[in-house]
Amino acid sequence: MQPRTLYDKLWDDHVVHVAPDGTTLLYIDRHLVHEVTSPQAFDGLRLHGRMPWRVASVLATPDHNVPTLDRTAGIADPVSRTQVETLDANCREFGLDEFRMDDRRQGIVHVIGPEQGFTQPGVTLVCGDSHTSTHGAFAALAFGIGTSEVEHVLATQCLWQKKSKTLLVRVDGRLGPGVTAKDLVLAVIGRIGTAGGTGYAIEFAGEAVRALSMEGRMTICNMAIEAGARAGMVAVDDTTIAYLRGRPRAPKGELWDRAVAYWRTLVSDPGARFDRVVELDAAAILPQVTWGTSPEMVAPVDARVPHPDEAPDAVRKADWQRALHYMGLEPGTAIADIAVDKVFIGSCTNSRIEDLREAAAVARGRRVADNVRLAMVVPGSGLVKAQAEAEGLDRVFRDAGFEWREPGCSMCLAMNADRLEPGERCASTSNRNFEGRQGQGGRTHLVSPAMAAAAAVHGHFVDVREVLS
Amino acid sequence: MRPFTTLHGLVAPLDRANVDTDAIIPKQFLKSIQRTGFGPNAFDEWRYLNHGEPGMDNAKRPLNPDFVLNQPRYQGASVLLARDNFGCGSSREHAPWALEDYGFRALIAPSFADIFYNNCFKNGLLPIVLPADTVDRLFRETFAHEGYRLTIDLAAQTITTPAGEIIAFEVDGERKHRLLNGLDDIALTLQYTDEIKAYESRRKVEAPWLFV
Ligand code: SF4
Repeated sequence: MQPRTLYDKLWDDHVVHVAPDGTTLLYIDRHLVHEVTSPQAFDGLRLHGRMPWRVASVLATPDHNVPTLDRTAGIADPVSRTQVETLDANCREFGLDEFRMDDRRQGIVHVIGPEQGFTQPGVTLVCGDSHTSTHGAFAALAFGIGTSEVEHVLATQCLWQKKSKTLLVRVDGRLGPGVTAKDLVLAVIGRIGTAGGTGYAIEFAGEAVRALSMEGRMTICNMAIEAGARAGMVAVDDTTIAYLRGRPRAPKGELWDRAVAYWRTLVSDPGARFDRVVELDAAAILPQVTWGTSPEMVAPVDARVPHPDEAPDAVRKADWQRALHYMGLEPGTAIADIAVDKVFIGSCTNSRIEDLREAAAVARGRRVADNVRLAMVVPGSGLVKAQAEAEGLDRVFRDAGFEWREPGCSMCLAMNADRLEPGERCASTSNRNFEGRQGQGGRTHLVSPAMAAAAAVHGHFVDVREVLS
Repeated sequence: MRPFTTLHGLVAPLDRANVDTDAIIPKQFLKSIQRTGFGPNAFDEWRYLNHGEPGMDNAKRPLNPDFVLNQPRYQGASVLLARDNFGCGSSREHAPWALEDYGFRALIAPSFADIFYNNCFKNGLLPIVLPADTVDRLFRETFAHEGYRLTIDLAAQTITTPAGEIIAFEVDGERKHRLLNGLDDIALTLQYTDEIKAYESRRKVEAPWLFV
């Protein structure tokens, strides 16, 4: 047989039917559901008198609208409350497993899937959310879908898909101290652009990727979508298997051994051909900070805000001008001279235990700067929160002047009460710096958890390697 | 789904790259559990001068005169001309719902984000990819001629300009068929029920842990 890429293997294992034009009916093993993109899908089922094909394939939780402060009083915003209650009612009606808002396992869909062992190597996994690419860290084929497709998967357990092209992003060498998976993926996006991966499934490989923990791999796959790729993935190795061992929904006993034997095959064969290859040197990657309103508008922390004249073409030049205007930045300003008003540590990109440990290492024994109005830490799930508290990280953050919140999406997209006011500038560990993403008129700079914590204690961006040394 | 066959429509130019779905429909409107009514909030933050929230009377809100879609000459447009990577960002199908509800039936750009592109076809909205220089030319012509209209024929896969020039475009056979006929995807897929079940039986033997 011809050498195959990891993507080819995942694809081949899920083909149900191929139409004459190559469009393929693909079987879906796992389906995560949240409150924002599902109500119309459930309505569609009801309208046509259809039932879910396989209820055991679904795990649901509310995450986008949930408050991160005291939850005992419920959700104050009636529209948000209705949406969460609608999810509860739909899950009850159709018999779907749901971690409700008051369940200690509740959290961001992309955090709880892996945490529960619901996400496994070799599965196809979908969710009505673009950051579903996160789960590709487990050598799964995972991608975001729209609400019509949520309904389609519920009703048929399948999706019609066209095969993507393959892009290998190989990062050789080692990341320097204080440089993280977030910096790596921002550097990749800076290189290939936000449309660079459009039409591709990305496999991340190379020594620097192998050296990442599962949390780090989730961070880079999470942002594959910001590079335009619906799916990002990393091959199985010992790190993958060690992470899954003992998780509540991981296979047990004899099935575990059989599963592991299969999982070990989920790597690209030597000599497998990719449609495109991009190579980076990990040692050359510095801590990154975005300066604009697209994740590709990114620079190393020691750089300056660029001048629109440096843009590669006329359309981009206009974009850069608009972005700098929106961000309230002058070309030539040193990144390290940009002061921040708020700091957000959280989101499906960076709210796992390792992210919190990295941020806490910077916050420990320091104080949030006076000019910072709010620095908040929002764990990705109730279990991450409990783990962090067991390690005393909540105390570290609180003592430094950070707020320690309940799990959810929070200020990643500001659908709940957490948001930026117009003109406020935020160091954020989330994945999108779009206009208005964190609140209308809000200005987002994407950074790693350690860089966000460093910005909190200094009141402006600073090279975290200097803080830690 | 509403079928798409031919369209003779006024063109509106949105001259910026990387228009994301947060811009097409801001998150506060995603709290709706309905599928309709998003049109008045399409491009909300660019379109109005004040901050929009669900439940507001949009007819009473101050319009931003600088936003291109607010110009009188583009009222009633059903074709949106855009730049690279249109629809990037979140998977929210509320974005095509909003565009469709606003009155657009076709979108033309050099490239679209994958999930958004896919979502359009589920909602009777035709996204057309054309080479960047062709899109550039359409922008110039749209700006130059008030009332600039294009005729789009999905069956023939052509766009005809007012000057009679014919531009061909690509679209997948399967997607085209469904859009032309306004077919219900799920009903079509359920015709493959036997194959889906056969796949499941096979897979239960190969990878039983996936089904426990
Ligand atoms: S944390 Fe942000 S990006 Fe992730 S699922 Fe929630 S809203 Fe989406």
